[in-house]
Parts: sequence; structure tokens; C-alpha cells
Amino acid sequence: MRLLRFCNKYSKVITMKRFRKSKKPLLQIAIIACFMAMSCNNQSSNNQASGILSGDVASKVYVGPGEYDEFYAFMSGGFSGQISVYGLPSGRLLKVIPVFSQDAEKGWGYNEETKPMLNTSYGFIPWDDAHHPELSQTNGETDGRWIFINGNNTPRVARIDLSTFETAEIIELPNSAGNHSSPFTTENTEYVVAGTRFSVPIPQKDVAIESYKEEFKGALSFIKVDEEGHMNIAFQVLLPAFDYDLAHSGKGKSHGWTFFTTYNTEKSHTLKEVNASQNDKDFIAAVNWKLAEKYIAEGKGIDMPAEHVVNRYNEKTHTATSTTVPTVKVLKPEDCPGLVYFLPTPKSPHGVDVDPTGEYIIGSGKLSADLTAHSFTNMLSAIENEEFETTIESVPVLKYDKVIGGVVKKPGLGPLHTEFDDKGNAYTTFFISSDVVKWKVGTWEVLDKVPTYYSVGHLMIPGGDSKKPQGKYMVALNKITKDRYLPTGPEMNHSAQLYDISGDKMQLLLDFPTVGEPHYAQAISADRVQPKSKKFYPLEENEHPYRAMGEKDTRIERDGDVVRIYMTSIRSHFAPDNIEGIKVGDKVYVHLTNLEQDFDVPHGLAIQGARTAELLVMPGQTETMFWEPQREGVYAFYCTDFCSALHQEMQGYIRVSPKNSNPELKWSLGEDDEE
Amino acid sequence: MKKRLPQIFFILGGLFLLTLFFLPLWRITLLAPQYPNGVDMYIFINKIGGSEPGTLQNINILNHYIGMKPIEPDSIPELKILPIVVLVFSGLALIFAFINNKYLFAFWVVLFIIACMIGLYDFYLWEYDYGHNLSDDAPMKFEGESFQPPLIGNKDIINFIAKSWPHWGGYMAMISIFLTATATYLKFKTNETTE
Repeated sequence: MRLLRFCNKYSKVITMKRFRKSKKPLLQIAIIACFMAMSCNNQSSNNQASGILSGDVASKVYVGPGEYDEFYAFMSGGFSGQISVYGLPSGRLLKVIPVFSQDAEKGWGYNEETKPMLNTSYGFIPWDDAHHPELSQTNGETDGRWIFINGNNTPRVARIDLSTFETAEIIELPNSAGNHSSPFTTENTEYVVAGTRFSVPIPQKDVAIESYKEEFKGALSFIKVDEEGHMNIAFQVLLPAFDYDLAHSGKGKSHGWTFFTTYNTEKSHTLKEVNASQNDKDFIAAVNWKLAEKYIAEGKGIDMPAEHVVNRYNEKTHTATSTTVPTVKVLKPEDCPGLVYFLPTPKSPHGVDVDPTGEYIIGSGKLSADLTAHSFTNMLSAIENEEFETTIESVPVLKYDKVIGGVVKKPGLGPLHTEFDDKGNAYTTFFISSDVVKWKVGTWEVLDKVPTYYSVGHLMIPGGDSKKPQGKYMVALNKITKDRYLPTGPEMNHSAQLYDISGDKMQLLLDFPTVGEPHYAQAISADRVQPKSKKFYPLEENEHPYRAMGEKDTRIERDGDVVRIYMTSIRSHFAPDNIEGIKVGDKVYVHLTNLEQDFDVPHGLAIQGARTAELLVMPGQTETMFWEPQREGVYAFYCTDFCSALHQEMQGYIRVSPKNSNPELKWSLGEDDEE
Repeated sequence: MKKRLPQIFFILGGLFLLTLFFLPLWRITLLAPQYPNGVDMYIFINKIGGSEPGTLQNINILNHYIGMKPIEPDSIPELKILPIVVLVFSGLALIFAFINNKYLFAFWVVLFIIACMIGLYDFYLWEYDYGHNLSDDAPMKFEGESFQPPLIGNKDIINFIAKSWPHWGGYMAMISIFLTATATYLKFKTNETTE
């Protein structure tokens, strides 16, 4: 390694010297690089990955076998509907957490216990579009309790428990459409917010689309999160029919406010790419949620019929329940003075990001060449002095020059999102020019610029939207992959790049594909999550109504055509493994309890012809497969997760008799071989 | 005070034995690549347990591949007898300390050491039984291989390294022997000088 560093250093020195003298610098570099590559190759053949001119980049992302990454990164799968968990800096995939989409690999949304998690007021929906993971915070710092994520299409917000890395709760959002400005948290996770991207008639009704300006509204939801993490919609704010794009809550001095970007302040309902891009300035909506709490306490909230569901997974019963809530409380600006203000912001602002001090609210006008930073202090005095440009549907519009705090001039094209480090710097993505720009908060000067591959959307710095960023790494989350990896036909996973941002200049370290789309991501120090990670579920705490606490508990019960099989698994057999007395047309529920009490010993269950996915049951857990046998015969079932040396022997048979027969229910394990 | 020393030592020796009710006598650890932290089994005078509630089940799952019978604490009578034996020894130590007779001291020490030897031999017999008395139906059979864990020390058993060493309770019993033996020695010595 030392030799390699010497070689690298030496090659750089030579390169620089020749560079100055030569008239053909590129050719010289190439020749010298080749020479150095040959001469250094022998000494460094065990570490070729580091490349000859790249310094020790490889060692910065190398996490040795059996060693752990420094950060957990949670990347949204975008249109996959899931979250994938990566280790940083290695970029290794640790797990895909099923959230909004059925996942046959894990039985998520297929087994009876998790089907209610995907229930909505429309019924069961097996997919959604998941965009923004958001870690829970305490005192403005990520705390490793939960991560939230939005479902765009059928508006929902999910909460994932970081002790199990499983989705624990999904709440549906009524009066919303395209739940995009979501689920951004307040600094103690008092709320996660969920603004609608598309305005719709509220309440929904059969009206002409042309009546958009009269009939449509935009709803911003504030979801209360209690100590256990349970979510309930505390209130919705009904606003003009704009598109509410992204959000961030204030922190420190601006705690108590949440900021939402808007576009389509033109209130167009067709050809929005043109018609929603006409105004020079759209708005950032500043919502005073502490005042909203006061208005709710005063009874200003209107109970509006708005059926929606709350789905909760119970870790003791290992079962989800879906509950319908009939109404939401709605606040209207005309009844609630001071609740919302509009801050004019150039050209269809996309991301809105609040710096770690809470003073600056950065609006990224995606069709603008500049970045706008509003000052929270200025905003408060503009409100105080009633510096209003106009009022739109009872919402005062503050004067642009009274709220502006600074402008970053021409840093790039198409600014989208900004995150922060712990040294007073900000990092903004530029979609059109495909780069990330580092700039100084307060002086607004551009410090550095690096290309991304290609067309970066969000970026992520661990804790980069909290009060305490950990500015060691930055990940660019890209929309377009093109030639970055070996081609895989027309469709490719989207790419992400990891940069070292600990120095003055950003340095590209790693380029890796992600599951689906890495729309947005958040990362957290492993030490805030790892110690709490559960190894298995204690069997004695299992409260599943159809559990079997031991092999003595296993049995089969028939009630009409409903048959319940209480089955257990332990290395390396099912109990029972010979089952007779099932008939064609029965509704069979196989309740499998995994009796194991050891880390990483799941058992799976698959039954031939069952029109569903496997079960994958963690130690101490009970899961249920629903099976309607269609044909008489004897069907094999087996364990799908390679569990032990005798995994291939972990199998059994179920006999299916004709529909009109009257077979005796029989079940056994290891008995009949004696005869 | 110096005169009282043997008596105090003897009382302490007797009281130290009571720690055996919550400190394990012995620890057997199984190490294999898939068990990076090892599987620890703790043997108490009144129970057999693991580092976690599921450990004993996990050990029995491993053992069933080679046809070893499951370790079921309820079917081991020693776990009911040993607590009484320890209580008796502890009680006798206190009574003998009260009587303060050097021959009773010596008698206790010798008897306790013999009891410990019997205990170890019994432990060996159990290990021999588990290691040799294997089911004919065992899924995996290894000709000529013994699965008996060592009485004390480390041993390779197929893919595992088995480590068997005294644990806190075992050391407490040793301290008890040391204290009572010292007390007896001092008792004999002071008696010689005074007489």
C-alpha cells in the first residue's frame, strides 16, 4: 500500500512537470500514465482497483469482509414502491424493505397477516410510487427510531420500524392526489407533513375538469406521530389549487413552521409543461403549525367527511389491522388569520430546504438560473410590518424583496435540491447541467462543482436536512444511467454516486446502481440503529390468535369448509408433515409458527398449486397462507429458506380428497414409518 | 482478632457456597464459523441455561443431527439434589464454625473435596452418556467419532471446538475450599503454639 501511494504521488509529480512544459499535455499524460501503470503494476497488483491517478479512492470505500459500514443509507425505490438499505461507504445492498408493493420474496402483501397493510379506502392496492424516506428526529437530530416514506399515487405515508426494518404502519391521506411534498418531519417528529402535488375537488365530486379554478383545492396534511410512532391526521390546511411540490419543516429558530413549494400558481389544468411555467414567481407556502394547533384547540377545525384507512402491524400478534377513519379536521385560511403566508420564489421552485440553523429557506427554482434563499428573520418582520404584495384566497403574499436573504448567482442550470454539511456549506443538485454545486451559506459564493452521471435529482448527506449534518459523504441520486454499467437491455437500474465531501473539493468515490429509482435517500450513523436491531421475536411474546407454541399445540380444525392447520417449523421438520382430510374447495388457512429462537433462522413454506407467494417466517413469528385446493391428489409442501443441513428433508404431504367425500381429518409427524 | 481469624474464614467459606444458587458452576462453549459469538451453555447447581432463553433449544437442535438425546433439565435429578447438598454443606460450615473445633473443620474440608470429586465424576458420566449414547436413527453418523465434550479443556468435535471450563460458581467453590482449608490450617497451627 505504501509503495502504491508512492507510485501515485510520483506519477502526479511527473505528470505536473511535463504538463507545464509540453505543448501536447494530454498525450504526455497518457504516455506517462501508461509508463507508470506498467512500472507500478508489479508492486501493486493486489490493489489494481485504486487506479493509477485516482489516489487511494478504493481504500476509502473498501469495507473488508466481515466488517461493517459506517452508515445505513435508506434509498427509496421510486416506482418499485420499496426502500432499499445500503451500507456506506461500500455501497453494498443490505436489504430491500417491502413497503407499498407486494413482495413475493418475503410474502409481504400475500400472507394473511400483511394483506391489511396494503388496504386503502379503494380496497387492496399492490403498488405505489415511494419517493422520500425521512428519518425520525429528536431535537433536530436523526434518532434511529423510524423512517417514514410517502406513497405518491394513492396518497399514503408509511412508517418503518428500525428495530425490525419492517413496515409498521401505513396511513392513507384523503383529499390528496399525488402525495409528493411528503413525509417531511418536524424537529421532534411531532408531525410528518404530506402536501398534495395535484389539486382536486374537495370533497371529491363529479365536476368538469374545466371548473379547476372554481372547484379544486390543494390540501396540506399534518400527521401527528405519537410516542409509539402511531400516526393520525391532526388537521389539513385547504389552500388554493396550486401544485404543492416539496416541503421541509423549520428547525431551531424556525421550529413551528413548515415550508411547501408550489408551482402551477397559474391554476392550469392542461398542458402544464407550458401553462404552469408562465409566472415569473411561484410561492413557498409557510405554514405556522403551532398556530394551527391553537386554532384546532379553539375549535376552528371543521370535521369533514373524508374516509381513509390507518393500517397498523402489531409486533406481538404479528398481524396487521386496517381501520377506517371517517373524517378529517380541516382548517381554512379565511377562518385562521396568520396560518399561512406565501413567499414569492422564482420560477416553479422544486426543493425547499432549511439550513441547519433554521434561518435560511432555500428555494430551488427549477426553471431559474439562480438559487433563492429566504431569510426567516426577514419573513417574521415582513409579517409583523404587514409587507404584503397582495392576498390570494385569504393568504397574504409577502413582498419578495422583504423576505429575501440572499441569492446564489448562476451556479448551474435547473436547481432541484439542497442539503447541508456541518461546516456551513450547502450542496445543490442541478438536473439540467447534471452537477452538484457546493456553496457557502451566508456569503452565497460558489466553492466547487462536480459532474454527476447523469441528471441528478435529489442528493443526500447523512443528517443533511437535520440540525446536525455529518458532512463526510454525499450521494448523488440520478435519474438517468445510460452507459455507466454493463448494459442490461432497454431497462436499467438508476445510478447513484458517492462523493467524499470532507475536504475543500468534492471527490467522486463510487458509482453504483440501486433498486428501481433512488429518488431520495437518507442515511444515519450505524451506531444509532445497529444496537437496537432485533435478532428474533421471543416466542413467549407471540400473541397471534392462531399460533402454536410448541409441537404439542399443532392440530387441524374444521369449521364448515374453513380448515385451519396449526403448524410449526423447527430444524428440520414441519409438524405435522402428513395431513389428510382436506377437500377440494376447502378454504385452508395454514398458520405456521416458527419455533426457532436463534438469529437468522427463518423457515419458508410453499405448497404446490397455492395461488399466492411463499411464507417466510422469522423465528418466533406466526404467518398464514390461504390455500383453496382445486384438484384432488397428494400435494407436497416444503421449506423454501435453506435452513440447515437437513433442509432438503424439510417437506411434507397434504392429501386432497374429492369435494363431496367425507374424509377424516388426520395429521401426524414421524409415526407411520414403523408399520 | 487473630484468634478469631480461622472461625471468620470458615464462616466465609460456608457463605461463599450460597453464591452457587445464582452463579453457574461450569460453562461449555461451542465455537464454529456460523456461530461467531459461540454458543454458551451454563451449568448451575439447580438449572442448565444459555446466554439467551433459546440457547438450550439451539444446542439441542444441533445435537439432534448426530442423534444425541436432548438436554432436558427436568430429567436430570442432580439439579434437584445439588441445591440440598450445597445448603447442607453451607449449614454445616456455619455450625462447625460456631463449635470452632479443628477436627470438625478438617472433616468438613475433606468431605467437601470428596463431594466435589463425586460431582465432577457424575458430570463426566453425564457427558459420556450424551456423547456416546446416540440414537440409531441419527441423520448423521460418524464412525468412531466421540461427541463427548471434555471434562475440562478444549476439544475439536466435528465442526465445533468445544470448550469446557469452570465458571464463576466453580471459582466460588474453589475459593470456599481455599478459605476453609486455610482456616483449618490456621486452627491447627494456633492450637499447636498455644498448647
